[in-house]
Amino acid sequence: MRPKVMEEVEALRGINSVKIKEAHEEGKKIVGMYCVFSPSEIALAADAISVTLCGTSQDPIEEAEKTLPRNLCPLIKSSYGFAVTDKCPYFYFSDVLLAETTCDGKKKMYELMGEIKPMHIMNLPQTANDEDSLEFWEKEMVKFKNFLENQFSLEITDEKLSDAIKLMNRERKALRELHSLNSHKPAPLSGMDMMLAQWLKGFNVDKEAGISIIEKLIQETKDNVSKGLFAFDESAPRILLTGTPIGVGSEKVLRALEEAGASVVALENCTGYKGLDVLVDESKDPITALAEKYLSTPCSCMTDNNGRLDLIGRLCEEYKVDGVVDLTWQACHTYNIESYTVKKYVQEQLKLPFMQVETDYSDSDTGQVKVRAEAFVETLKI
Amino acid sequence: MHYIGIDIGSTAAKVTVFDNEKIMDNFTLPTGWSSVETSRIIKNRLEDGGIEVEKSKVVATGYGRISVPYAEKTITEISCHGEGVKYLLGEDVTIVDIGGQDTKIITLENGRVTDFIMNDKCAAGTGKFLELMANTLGVDIKELTDMALEGRDISITSMCTVFAESEVISLIGQGTDRSSISRGIINSITGRVNSLLHKQVRKDKVFLTGGLCEMESFILLLSQKVGVKVETHKLARYAGSIGAAILAGNLE
Ligand code: SF4
Ligand code: SF4
Repeated sequence: MRPKVMEEVEALRGINSVKIKEAHEEGKKIVGMYCVFSPSEIALAADAISVTLCGTSQDPIEEAEKTLPRNLCPLIKSSYGFAVTDKCPYFYFSDVLLAETTCDGKKKMYELMGEIKPMHIMNLPQTANDEDSLEFWEKEMVKFKNFLENQFSLEITDEKLSDAIKLMNRERKALRELHSLNSHKPAPLSGMDMMLAQWLKGFNVDKEAGISIIEKLIQETKDNVSKGLFAFDESAPRILLTGTPIGVGSEKVLRALEEAGASVVALENCTGYKGLDVLVDESKDPITALAEKYLSTPCSCMTDNNGRLDLIGRLCEEYKVDGVVDLTWQACHTYNIESYTVKKYVQEQLKLPFMQVETDYSDSDTGQVKVRAEAFVETLKI
Repeated sequence: MHYIGIDIGSTAAKVTVFDNEKIMDNFTLPTGWSSVETSRIIKNRLEDGGIEVEKSKVVATGYGRISVPYAEKTITEISCHGEGVKYLLGEDVTIVDIGGQDTKIITLENGRVTDFIMNDKCAAGTGKFLELMANTLGVDIKELTDMALEGRDISITSMCTVFAESEVISLIGQGTDRSSISRGIINSITGRVNSLLHKQVRKDKVFLTGGLCEMESFILLLSQKVGVKVETHKLARYAGSIGAAILAGNLE
């Protein structure tokens, strides 16, 4: 059964788009970010609001294609499309943007986007397995801090940073606890609801209010579990979804899997669990602690990215997963290539069925995606 | 009891009827423009043959599977092909199904489908591609595959059907013989199948289903490319409908 609080969660979308406008009118500063590598703590410590601007909708893509090539990852096109069309209130009200040199497509797109609004680019090292990388990334943290201090003419103190770190850790812990509720068999929440609740965190103008809604959702879901109310029955195959980020508007593969009768119990992607796995160490120097946490993000932009395999392995065990689906956006080289490694790992080490689905945000292949989803679920059921 | 499997593909519909444990009939007809219409024709034909469709168990598969109102259940072509090949061959293989609008590679292990890949979104490497190219050359598919055997080992490099067509036209313009062009066309399909096969946990046995399994020359050329002898069966084009009929038998 769907928890009632999910309605409140859904309502957050409308509420936040009003709140962002109000915050802007009150003179609050807003920092728009694009990635799980973005240290939102530094923005919060500058008394600003941090929002996620990652595009998850097909709508603005046509507009983006006037400038960008068609055969580019839809996430990049969508993000750029929102920037040039003023269709996204969060972009519109952002005072400054933070970007990172993650994949090539994003990096080059940012050069164009940087002409629209003041943008700071953090230079992300290409590997996390190197002492120098951490040192380098720490310096990047400091540069971003300096950028905000200059832009907003204020000082970001260590104390403010520590407070922001504590707040974000609390948010992570709440979302992590929510995610872990689906380790129960059968799962109390559908993957669609889990995605929504996790994705919406990126728009919470009021972090405390966002955390308390998640806590309410956790409570109601726990009550449902104790009453024996679940989203799926025991026989539904349990799937871990990994790969590229998804959100409202780009959830078609998740939806197709659940419509085919699967229960998507774990979202390993960066809009799901990926960013929640590691907390920021509250006992260390804030900048060092932030650098360590963010550098540990197991994203395919890094080489190697064995941390992702490790995370998938852990989640598969903890969530009693029956099969793994790797979603990769068309023209996303890093995830598409890495899919080979993930497939081998899942099939040979975890001995679980695996499927890769490569698609974009459009509806043009709905039929094919449906066949794949149904066929995969059939193979898990027999 | 009759168990009926109906596989409505993008170009042809295949039907298999089991009378209890035994195959009693297989037939095929073009899908035409409407799969709803096709499924109605199939029903009439079955009833003309004395089969009480309403009293039988029917499973529909293929891309038109949802257009069969009298089917008790729909199951994807992946599972049905797996089941059908298991019945025809009785051993573990990697199945290559070159369909009208997609190409599928399916791994059977202990009689179960354990992995599959589909190539779609684009006609390259599918039956449609072959059909279009045969049209451009003014021959039918059988003739094209036979000619290919005689041709030089050239390659058509464009993966996109539209560009491949202009490539073929310019080869004709340059005076390249039709056998070699045919060979190039077949190479582009077998090459695509070969690379898909390598993404799979490959079995040493490759089994071809779908309409192309009746073209000996094609099987020969595919075997050369893949490096193992590709096997098939005289009923392999019915693998999907046979599988659907067997799964209909498991219903209850
Ligand atoms: S997939 Fe990687 S680069 Fe893309 S948003 Fe997520 S963490 Fe950032
Ligand atoms: S999905 Fe891939 S191509 Fe798209 S932004 Fe993320 S890493 Fe880049």
